[in-house]
Amino acid sequence: MALVINNVKTFPMGGVHPAEHKLTAGKPIETLAVPSQVSIPISQHIGAPAKPIVEQREKVKIGQVIATSSGFVSSNIHATIAGTVAKIDKVMDSTGYKRDAIIIKAGNDEQEWDESINLSIDLVKEIKLDREGIIKKVAEAGIVGLGGATFPSHVKLSVPKGKKADCLIINGVECEPYLTADHRLMLEKGPEIIVGARILMKALDVEKAIIGIENNKPDAIEIMAELVTDEPGISVQPLKVQYPQGGEKQLIKAALNREVPSGGLPIDVGVVVHNVGTAFAVYEAVQKNKPLIERVVTITGKDVKNPSNFLVRIGTPVNDLVEAAGGIPENTGKVISGGPMMGKALNSLDIPVAKGTSGILLIPNEEAKRGKVRVCIRCSKCIDVCPMGLEPYLLMTLTQKEFFDRVEEDKVLDCIECGSCSFTCPSNRPLLDYIRLGKKTVASLIRERNN
Amino acid sequence: MSQTILFTIGSITILGFLAAAILYFIASKFKVYEDPKIDEVEDALPSTNCGGCGHPGCRAFAEACVKADDLSDLHCPVGGNETMQNVANILGMEVEERDPYIAVVRCSGSFEYREKVNIYDGSPNCTVAHSLYGGDTGCQYGCLGFGECVDACDFEAMYMDEKTGLPVVIEDKCTACNACVTACPRDIMELRPKGRKNRRIYVSCINQDKGGAAKKACEVACTGCSKCESECKYDAITIENYLAYIDAEKCKLCRKCAPVCKSNSILEINFPPRKEREEKPEREKRERPSINSSPVATASALENEAEVDVIEMVKKRSEDKSNEENSENKAES
Repeated sequence: MALVINNVKTFPMGGVHPAEHKLTAGKPIETLAVPSQVSIPISQHIGAPAKPIVEQREKVKIGQVIATSSGFVSSNIHATIAGTVAKIDKVMDSTGYKRDAIIIKAGNDEQEWDESINLSIDLVKEIKLDREGIIKKVAEAGIVGLGGATFPSHVKLSVPKGKKADCLIINGVECEPYLTADHRLMLEKGPEIIVGARILMKALDVEKAIIGIENNKPDAIEIMAELVTDEPGISVQPLKVQYPQGGEKQLIKAALNREVPSGGLPIDVGVVVHNVGTAFAVYEAVQKNKPLIERVVTITGKDVKNPSNFLVRIGTPVNDLVEAAGGIPENTGKVISGGPMMGKALNSLDIPVAKGTSGILLIPNEEAKRGKVRVCIRCSKCIDVCPMGLEPYLLMTLTQKEFFDRVEEDKVLDCIECGSCSFTCPSNRPLLDYIRLGKKTVASLIRERNN
Repeated sequence: MSQTILFTIGSITILGFLAAAILYFIASKFKVYEDPKIDEVEDALPSTNCGGCGHPGCRAFAEACVKADDLSDLHCPVGGNETMQNVANILGMEVEERDPYIAVVRCSGSFEYREKVNIYDGSPNCTVAHSLYGGDTGCQYGCLGFGECVDACDFEAMYMDEKTGLPVVIEDKCTACNACVTACPRDIMELRPKGRKNRRIYVSCINQDKGGAAKKACEVACTGCSKCESECKYDAITIENYLAYIDAEKCKLCRKCAPVCKSNSILEINFPPRKEREEKPEREKRERPSINSSPVATASALENEAEVDVIEMVKKRSEDKSNEENSENKAES
């Protein structure tokens, strides 16, 4: 019998519905073979890059800290395989630039873990640590937002003075087409995610948590709903399929009908949002003392032989994943890290998997190219789909004409870069490219003004 | 009929005189005194409003000149010494002569030397491409080739060379207004002194990768081998982050550094050709397309055989491209 999902919500403004292509939804998470060499970028998160604390030829164990956080908004980096540090060198990463990374060559003993890590798979429900203890542990474990934004999680948990959270939202929306990493995680690691949510609730001192899941994942909704029946305070909220529902602000609006003010943060309306992947990582860090050294990555594409969900060590070259999925199809035109809407095209397959890599997409030639850019026909479709209520066509033109004061007035900084405008534009205008440019320029102008 | 016309003319004339009287009264009552020297100085300026002096337009610069106690901090790069002398004469002040500057392109990675490793089909805009990734070649520092510097130039002193994919500065037209320097997201453009007899030497590369990586990405990249540094007698060359930089203040244009550079990253502009005996056989260099900024020199370089090869290469490249496009179009239809 099909599950009947009642009380489906969504956000009211804008949004698009791209074809879902969730090819890997039925594929269980497989653990990818440990690579012989990993390159671990020291900047995998938003904020200051970590500071390497290992030297060349130093022996490292799995889970050992190899680079420490260099500020409040920064994150620890851990060794993901056991072996020796080959070198610290510039390596191409998913930003498209060569940046510093620690390269580790595997040693003889693959299973040499840091002693403090509990490797058992039993579910530990009891939360021993107190509030500060949890935040400290999350920071030590180098956990960042695994939905793709990679914002250090301990910063989100440290609620600023004068503000109070009253609700935690666990983001299991996964609104990007193709990606199924969070979906599979919910199916397979549901109990751990619930404990993770409990830990996050304790750290935030809130009584209420909502797990938001889009109703194209009825199995996940069913499993999670069953798990929360004897969990007071935690509920599952089914959501109508709509991109970009996974965006924090859209999810808060959909689940709680609260609107984050322009320029504000979710905490301004008493909400903190964490991804399901993050909740799982928090569980492992707090209950098992296991730092963030691996994540689930979906590797998929229409012509990929064996699209899969892999549990991958951070720093594994993308090429290993591609090989494991049956090699690169002949007609591949573009390789994207992340989802097709917000992801970034990669310019090499040697790029390592980072904390924010939620998927690798192999896009066939015919879909890889952008269409010919034509003039704006003033159809205002971009305005209709903008989930933030902006005017993309205008922001683009103003940026091109360098009217940055007007770009600022028109709230370019509220843009969440979801790409709905570029996706919808019938004239194939590169709206987001220019909005991003305007956003960057405006941000630097504001910084200059404040100094 | 004629009465109506006369009446109209009469009433409009009266209205006109009335308005003139009111305007005259207001103009004399609310008159703002402006130093007449500002107008004079403004007339002496080139009125390009390029902002190269650091002021928003020539009028603002003229005001700043009139207000200033001395002209040592003020300079109009477009007008140069002559204009500044005129300004000084108007204001009865002294002005020091300054060396003229010129913009140089610090990248020589033409199609020939810098292989493309991927295809970019995003917005053809340097800043957008720069914010997205390292570029379609292996070099993440070099020119992206969308010509934002050319667009920024108000003096038509730059153009994109189709053969090399790099911007070229036209020596006679460049006024060193700094517009291209600010426009380039990669900091490739630099203002350097024009030099004695317009001769100058500079490192035409800003790649900060280690030698091997730099060389792999681009044949003419500076590897930071520091040969030029040890060759220079005047301490004008410094190596930082595997990249050589020639300090124009210290450089005596002795030309010792260029021949030792194995990757030909050091450019000599407007020098007479080297004498045969100076070139030792093992140092024999590959011919490279002249990135000489003088248009005359570019034209003469066209006769060079190596240059023609490049043109043919590019032609072939574009033919291939159009063929590809055609086949794509067919596939689409």
